[in-house]
Amino acid sequence: MAGHAENTDIIVATQVNKWYGDFHALKNVSLAVKRREVVVIIGPSGSGKSTFIRTINRLEEHQSGEIVVDGIPLTHDVRNIEAIRMETGMVFQQFNLFPHLTVLQNITLAPMHVRKIKKAEAEARAMQLLERVGIPEQAPKFPGQLSGGQQQRVAIARALAMQPKIMLFDEPTSALDPEMIREVLEVMEELAESGMTMVVVTHEMGFARGVADRIVFMDSGEIVEIGTPEHFFTDPQHDRTKLFLQQILK
Amino acid sequence: MATGIPPTHWVNPNPPAPSQKPPATTVGGIGWLRAHLFSTAANSVLTLATLWVLYWIGERLARWLAGAFWEPIWANRKLFATGIYPSEQLGQPAVVLLLVCALFGLSAGRWGSIMRTVGIGLAALLLLLALIPLGGMAQAVMAAGLALLLGGYWLGARGWVASRWLVAGWVLSGPLTFVLLLGGVELPLLGASPAVDSSLWGGLMLTMLLAVVGIALSFPVGVLLALGRRSKLPVIRYFSIGYIELIRGVPLITLLFMGMTMLPLFLPGGWGNPSQLVRAMTAITFFSAAYLAENVRGGLQAIPKGQYEAADALGLSGLDSLRFIILPQALVKVIPAIVGQFIGLFKDTSLVSLVGLLELVAVAKAVIQQPEWLGVAGGVAKEVYVFVGLIFFLFSYGMSFASRRLESKLGFGKR
Repeated sequence: MAGHAENTDIIVATQVNKWYGDFHALKNVSLAVKRREVVVIIGPSGSGKSTFIRTINRLEEHQSGEIVVDGIPLTHDVRNIEAIRMETGMVFQQFNLFPHLTVLQNITLAPMHVRKIKKAEAEARAMQLLERVGIPEQAPKFPGQLSGGQQQRVAIARALAMQPKIMLFDEPTSALDPEMIREVLEVMEELAESGMTMVVVTHEMGFARGVADRIVFMDSGEIVEIGTPEHFFTDPQHDRTKLFLQQILK
Repeated sequence: MATGIPPTHWVNPNPPAPSQKPPATTVGGIGWLRAHLFSTAANSVLTLATLWVLYWIGERLARWLAGAFWEPIWANRKLFATGIYPSEQLGQPAVVLLLVCALFGLSAGRWGSIMRTVGIGLAALLLLLALIPLGGMAQAVMAAGLALLLGGYWLGARGWVASRWLVAGWVLSGPLTFVLLLGGVELPLLGASPAVDSSLWGGLMLTMLLAVVGIALSFPVGVLLALGRRSKLPVIRYFSIGYIELIRGVPLITLLFMGMTMLPLFLPGGWGNPSQLVRAMTAITFFSAAYLAENVRGGLQAIPKGQYEAADALGLSGLDSLRFIILPQALVKVIPAIVGQFIGLFKDTSLVSLVGLLELVAVAKAVIQQPEWLGVAGGVAKEVYVFVGLIFFLFSYGMSFASRRLESKLGFGKR
């Protein structure tokens, strides 16, 4: 694929629309994400931010518009979808670890069967990733034996094991007890510093302010405002943005 | 403070209190009896009534047992074991038994867990049979089986056989069993032997064969049907639904009779005329697969959507996602239902006695009508059916016990 230089767009979504039945969930959503950029999407619940992030790796299908990920157009072609999924890692609100596999097996499964990496190598890399997220001692345990924060860190390691170019986070801390949110955010901050391209749906305004390169505000299925954190929090332009910020920063 | 309830703002000045053991749950035999059986007047009455009923049944049973006449079972032990399989060729089923013992031994050693549980049960049974003076070569065969089981365990536990070879061994043991039992070809060790028509197979051997073949074939078919019923492709989905509903709407005995009369209509020209045994096996497999499919579907529906999404997001193909993520979880959730289905299948094999196959119940009927026992007052039906019932119970309970072990084993570290 051409154009790996810095500052080129790695995700380009153009005029994306999606309906659930008659409900218009995404309305002409257009967004370009640059390589190494951290984009945080915020907005009230039901605003379509999770739906949008899930269209990027085709967990949700969009009905019109165009999405191109690292030069690969997202079409009905299964090969394209699989290629895009290999480039993107995803972290879910409910972790979605595989409960019947150990932490180590959770992380090595996809590298072994999708990237065809040898077991020993996959395990060595998995251990490195567990070191990186700070819980190597949990490798032989099952997910059910871990705290929520630990599970989410395993989920991040599992996604990273596929060596994705982009990481998608769908409300990664929303299901966590308050004292565990910090440990997950720290891992995400470290990841952002390492230069990973990240698209993050979150309600953590501290993270948005401190880590995001740009903030996208969505409401009622459309993008209302896009801006840098300073701009966004100190000088919001749109009335809907102002109202939302008033409500959450009270 | 006198009440011990802290005022509105209060800081505990003490270091953390040490953990204490929970209060004892048992308070001695008498205490337990009082707490559980005689806690109230009504409970006491219920306890005494139950004891009286148990005594009444037990006393009758004991009186019957004291006068029971077990000779017909002992005299027909060969018939109960293998039916009218030619006596001079019993070496062939013996080799099958030894093969199975060796495989169980190796598997128990290699894989442990549930295989070890099953292996222990099998060892106990073989030991018992080796100690009873069954006559002929039977005792020696049982002892050899036990030796192979233990030897296999020893080798398996030391990793002498790869899992993959063991699986291959189990898969091959199916066709090999049929070759050995049918005979009529040059067999290694046994040499040439006359062919034994499958209509001569019988007894516990036939019951086991029907059950194992039924289980082994209906399981994959059932899983495929369950997946088919959830398929996005209408042709596959409607075929699966049609098959499942059609088969579930028909009694097994009807299917068995249909197999006897109608199966050749559905076979290609050159397939000729399948034996009664093959027809019965086909009917049992088709029947069981439909029920199994519904059980497995229940498990598939219990898998949260997030598991599919996580597998998709990692780029796993549909097949890999099924193999590694969805099916392992779905099947574990329905182990009790599946094993229940298999126990049902095992007992339902007795229906083939109605289409002319000599399995355990058919042997029982034949034994009861033997002229030798005509003079016995009250007949010998009670003893014979109690014996057959015990055999069915023994294996059914074994399956049930093993399934509970498997369930707790596969709890995924849940507390």
